[in-house]
Amino acid sequence: MQSQATYNYKVVRQFAVMTVIWGIVGMLVGVIIAAQLIWPELNVVEWLSYGRLRPLHTNAVIFAFGGCALFASSYYAAQRTCHTPLFAPGLAAFTFWGWQLVILLAAITLPLGFTQGKEYAELEWPIDILITLVWVSYAIVFFGTIMKRRTPHIYVANWFFGAFILTVAILHLVNSAAIPVSFWPMKSYSAYAGVQDAMVQWWYGHNAVGFFLTAGFLGIMYYFVPKQAGRPIYSYRLSVVHFWALIFTYMWAGPHHLHYTALPDWTQSVGMLFSLILLAPSWGGMINGIMTLSGAWHKLRDDPILKFLITSLSFYGMSTFEGPMMSIKTVNALSHYTDWTIGHVHSGALGWVAMVSIGAIYYMIPRLFGKSEMFSVKLINTHFWIATIGVVLYIASMWISGVMQGLMWRSTNVDGTLTYSFVESVKSTYPFYMIRLLGGTLFLVGMLLMAYNVFKTIAGGKAVDAPVLVPAAAHA
Amino acid sequence: MNMDINDLRSLFTVVTFAMFIGIIWWTYSGNRKQAFEEAALLPFTDDEPAEVARNGKKSWISSVEQNERKAS
Repeated sequence: MQSQATYNYKVVRQFAVMTVIWGIVGMLVGVIIAAQLIWPELNVVEWLSYGRLRPLHTNAVIFAFGGCALFASSYYAAQRTCHTPLFAPGLAAFTFWGWQLVILLAAITLPLGFTQGKEYAELEWPIDILITLVWVSYAIVFFGTIMKRRTPHIYVANWFFGAFILTVAILHLVNSAAIPVSFWPMKSYSAYAGVQDAMVQWWYGHNAVGFFLTAGFLGIMYYFVPKQAGRPIYSYRLSVVHFWALIFTYMWAGPHHLHYTALPDWTQSVGMLFSLILLAPSWGGMINGIMTLSGAWHKLRDDPILKFLITSLSFYGMSTFEGPMMSIKTVNALSHYTDWTIGHVHSGALGWVAMVSIGAIYYMIPRLFGKSEMFSVKLINTHFWIATIGVVLYIASMWISGVMQGLMWRSTNVDGTLTYSFVESVKSTYPFYMIRLLGGTLFLVGMLLMAYNVFKTIAGGKAVDAPVLVPAAAHA
Repeated sequence: MNMDINDLRSLFTVVTFAMFIGIIWWTYSGNRKQAFEEAALLPFTDDEPAEVARNGKKSWISSVEQNERKAS
C-alpha cells in the first residue's frame, strides 16, 4: 500500500515553512507596535493603530508562528516515534489549510476592529467555529496516529502534545462560548457575566500559556533535544512526574491574573499558591532537558541547533521562576499593569517558545528536503547570537521600565498625594522603549536570516518523504 | 450530615491529590524501570544512527544498532 511506504512529510513541510513566514509577520507587527509606543504619530490610520495591531501581534506570534511550529513538530515526532504515517491524511491537509484560513481571517478582522475583547481569544464567533473544526480534526489526526502506532509505548513527547491538543480544545470551547448577535459586522456577547467572565477568561488565558505555550513546546523539547543531542532524555521517570505535575497544577493558576480585583480573596490566594507550586514541575522539566547533555557539554560549543534548544530551556527556567514570583500578591501589587509583565511574557515567548521552535525547525528542514544539513550552519550560529542578544535587551529593558513604573505609581508624598503624575512615568519609559525596540528588531533580523537559510536549503533540495521503518526497539 | 456541592469539590481535590501521589509511587516502583528505558529510546528506533549513550549506560545503543541491522 502506497501510503504505508513513507511518512506524511508534506503537511510537516507546509507547516514548517509557514512557521518561518508567520514568525516574520508576527514579529514585524511587534516591532511596529513597539515603535508606535515611542512615536505615537505612527498610528496613521485606525486599522493600523496600536489598539488593533496589538491583538494581531499576539495572535500572529502565538497561534500563527507558535501554532504552525506545534503542528509541524507534533506531526513529525508522532509519526516517527509511532512508526506509522499520519492517520487520516486528508484531515491532516485540512488542518493546514484550515489553520492558514484562520490566520488570514484574523489578519483581516482584527485590524477592522472585530474583537471579543478577551485577551488571546479576540477572534469573533464565526472564526471561533472554524478554529473548533480545525482543532477537532487535529485531535483526530494526532490521536488516530497514536492509536495505530507500532510501538508498545507512547513516547513522552506525544503525551505532552496530546495534553496540549485536548486542553486547548476544552479551553477554546468554554472561553469562546458566546451569544452571536450578527454575522457582519461580526458581533457576539460572552456567555458569562461580571467576575465569572473575568475568571473564565483568565482560566483560559493562563492555561493557554500552560498548555499551548508550555505543554506543546515541552513536547518539542522531549523529542528534539534528545535527537539533536544524540542521547536519550536524562530521566524518563522524571518526565512522567513532570507531565502529571504540570497537568494537575496548571489548571489552578489563572486567578493570579486577577489579584486585587472583584475576584474573591480566597480564589486569588489559591491561584497564587498553585502558581508557586508550579515552580517544581517547571524546573524539573528544565533540568531534565538540560541534563540530557550531561557528559556531552562539548556539543554545545559547535552545534548551533543545540544552542537554540538548550538556551530555550534556560529561558524557560528563568521565566518559570519569575512567573511564580510575580504571582505572589505583594510582588504583583508592584508588577501588575507595568512593563515587567511584558518583559516576563517575552522572556517566555522569545526566549523559550520561539527559540525551541527555531531549533526544531532547523532540525527538520534539511530532513524534510533531503539534505544532510542546513544551507549554512554558520548562519544558524549568527542567528542564535543575534536572537539571544535581542531577547536579553528586550527583557532587561522591560524589567527596569516595569519596576520603575510600579515604584513611581505607588510613590506618595507625606500628605498622601501622588508624587508623580501618570504622564511622568510614561516619559521616564522612553529610553527603555528604545532599547526594547532594538531588542525586538534584532530578533526579527534573526528570523530574516533564518528565512534566507531555509529557502536556500529548500531551493537546492527536493521534498523527501522518509520511509516508515519497522521499530528497531530495544528489548535489551 | 448535610452534603452540598462544595463537599464534592473538596473531595475531588483530595482525590486528585491522592491520584498524583499514586502516579509518583507507580513511576518510581521498581518494575517500571525496564519499560521506561525502552520508552526513552523511542526517538532512536528510526533510521538515523544514534550516538553512544551517556556514562555507564552504553548497553541500550548496541541493542538498538543490532536491531537496526536485523531490520535492514
